[in-house]
Amino acid sequence: MRNRDEIAQALAASGYIADGELATAISLMQLLRRPLLLEGEAGVGKTEVAKALSRAHATELIRLQCYEGLDQSAALYEWNYQRQLLSIQAHRGDDPDEVEEQIFSEKYLLERPLLAAIRRATPPVLLIDEIDRADDEFEAFLLELLSDFQVSIPELGTITATTIPHVVLTSNGTRELSDALRRRCLYHYVGYPDVDREARIIMARVEGASASLSLQIARMVEAIRKEELRKIPGVAETLDWAAALVGLDVRDLHGAPETVHETLMCLLKTHEDKSRLTREVSERLLGKVA
Amino acid sequence: MSCCGASPGYGSLDEVSRLVSSRLAAFLRTLRDSGFTVGLAEGRDAAELMTAGYAAQPGLLRSAFKHLLSARKSDWEKFDGIFDAFWLDKRVRSRSITTASSKAANNPSLKTLADGRRDSGQTAADQVPSPEDGGADRGGEGRMEGASLADNLAEVDFRRLADPAQIAQAHEAAARLALAMRTRLTRRDLARRRGYRLDLRRTIHGNISHGGVPIDLVKRRRKEKPMRLVMLLDASGSMSMYTGVFLRFIHGILDEFREAEAFLFHTRLAHVSDAMKEKDAARALDRLSIMAQGAGGGTRIGESLQTFNRWHAARVIHSRTVVMIVSDGYETGDAALLGREMAALGRRCRRIVWLNPMMAWQGYSPEAKGIKAALPHVDLYAPANTLKSLTALEPYLAKL
Repeated sequence: MRNRDEIAQALAASGYIADGELATAISLMQLLRRPLLLEGEAGVGKTEVAKALSRAHATELIRLQCYEGLDQSAALYEWNYQRQLLSIQAHRGDDPDEVEEQIFSEKYLLERPLLAAIRRATPPVLLIDEIDRADDEFEAFLLELLSDFQVSIPELGTITATTIPHVVLTSNGTRELSDALRRRCLYHYVGYPDVDREARIIMARVEGASASLSLQIARMVEAIRKEELRKIPGVAETLDWAAALVGLDVRDLHGAPETVHETLMCLLKTHEDKSRLTREVSERLLGKVA
Repeated sequence: MSCCGASPGYGSLDEVSRLVSSRLAAFLRTLRDSGFTVGLAEGRDAAELMTAGYAAQPGLLRSAFKHLLSARKSDWEKFDGIFDAFWLDKRVRSRSITTASSKAANNPSLKTLADGRRDSGQTAADQVPSPEDGGADRGGEGRMEGASLADNLAEVDFRRLADPAQIAQAHEAAARLALAMRTRLTRRDLARRRGYRLDLRRTIHGNISHGGVPIDLVKRRRKEKPMRLVMLLDASGSMSMYTGVFLRFIHGILDEFREAEAFLFHTRLAHVSDAMKEKDAARALDRLSIMAQGAGGGTRIGESLQTFNRWHAARVIHSRTVVMIVSDGYETGDAALLGREMAALGRRCRRIVWLNPMMAWQGYSPEAKGIKAALPHVDLYAPANTLKSLTALEPYLAKL
């Protein structure tokens, strides 16, 4: 899977409608063996890229969700210390060196996502989600791992990757990432999809959404995004809304302006936005949708 | 074309004709000049891409290079233009350069500021030894004057500084002050980190080799994050007498202090942290003069804040952020919008400090509709027209 058209097709088959540039990025990922850094607003489908990639490669998806205070013991490995304690109790009286050697062996090692990702037989997709939420120290550590693909565990020695995983990082921009990490990665900015692509996404993801309804929904969402909103709806919200409309048996947006307005809560997530998009506004927007 | 997949070495450069590789090097230089961070490894990979058959398809090459060489959204957005100008000869590059320089010329306050700063920097450097050289000739009087000048300067309104040497001195003082504030704020944070709780889990874990008897205690420290300072500086014409000193002040605070961001606004908002992080102050100001694109048509504080809230706030503001706005509050746009955006900003950050240099002017009262709309949302409203009043801020910031 090298060619970008093949990649776009494989992604589409697994339910992700990619634009041409993203397909290029993924082909480069494989060619240059660099991680891919995806940035963009919340809800534009950054995480979905990794999921679709793992489906397209028919390989495992290993996900590391980052948060403030994430450290190596949660991301890389941890010793199973309850078991170690039990083992110490059970072997009381034995040669202490032997006991120590035993309890610091593979058997007592708990794999966390990063270690798991480099020890698989087939290269998995490693998704490092919302890297901007992790601390600077973790980012530095991650950078080291991503360039060497080896980990040293003091009690065990150095573990070298058996396979190089496909690494996808996502960031919402809550913190500025270091230049070193940015340089190490291929960069792709995920924007809101255009009407055509969004309609195709709806058709691919929402069962029972007809082509004409999908197009109407996509147009309506595009119009809503142009309004001055505090929180602009993402693709995830569009899909929720489309599912709601299909579930309520709406075939044509013009036929059910009431339902359209009442289900807008799927798209608008703050009180301010909700009160800004009054019935009149939603009808005006609906009027513009062909 | 053959290609070495696993280890792209310099050998692959031989595959690219010498002409292309020198063009590529020039392109990477162009990117670096435009603020991209491109390292050797990226250059090597770019060369590899060209040998791997991408060079034959300009559209594909552009997309590939875009992913490889850009590192942030701003890079991403300007990449296509730079690429087309360089490789496809669309002449965007030359046009953009002329517009940049003409825009800079349209904004004389900043441009002259940068030039003036460079000049005064040189004269200051030249003059430093002079009191010692000529001290004996002029006698003690000259020295006395020098000493008292520093004291006086603390109380002099920045706009009354006329003499380039005096301006330079004020700039130096502002930079020093910023440095002092920065280090004091940082040190205070370290001291607060004392005090700990026992980390039971790690203690047991670490003492397994002692049979679970806790001999080595593992302690848990509370991780304090330093306060962040976000500065928004009004660079409009009405503020031109003060921008110089404040730019120096901001430059001093940003210098190596990670938790600070700076923005400049007039009719629009510009993120200037990167430009300001330039070590050399004169060069930093020079870069700013290119970035500032205001046509001198008033100040749109409300709109600038709206841009800030919409595009930057989520990234640069967290719950420990103090936003410092330096402006005279003369809003030429919609004052109601300013009020709304100030309220939105207030909800996000910890404190809003508004520094208004005009406040200390005799007979000034906050009559301008802009400042009236903004004041209800401001936590501290203070004058900042002299070094002394700038210094007075420090205890307030340290308290937070």
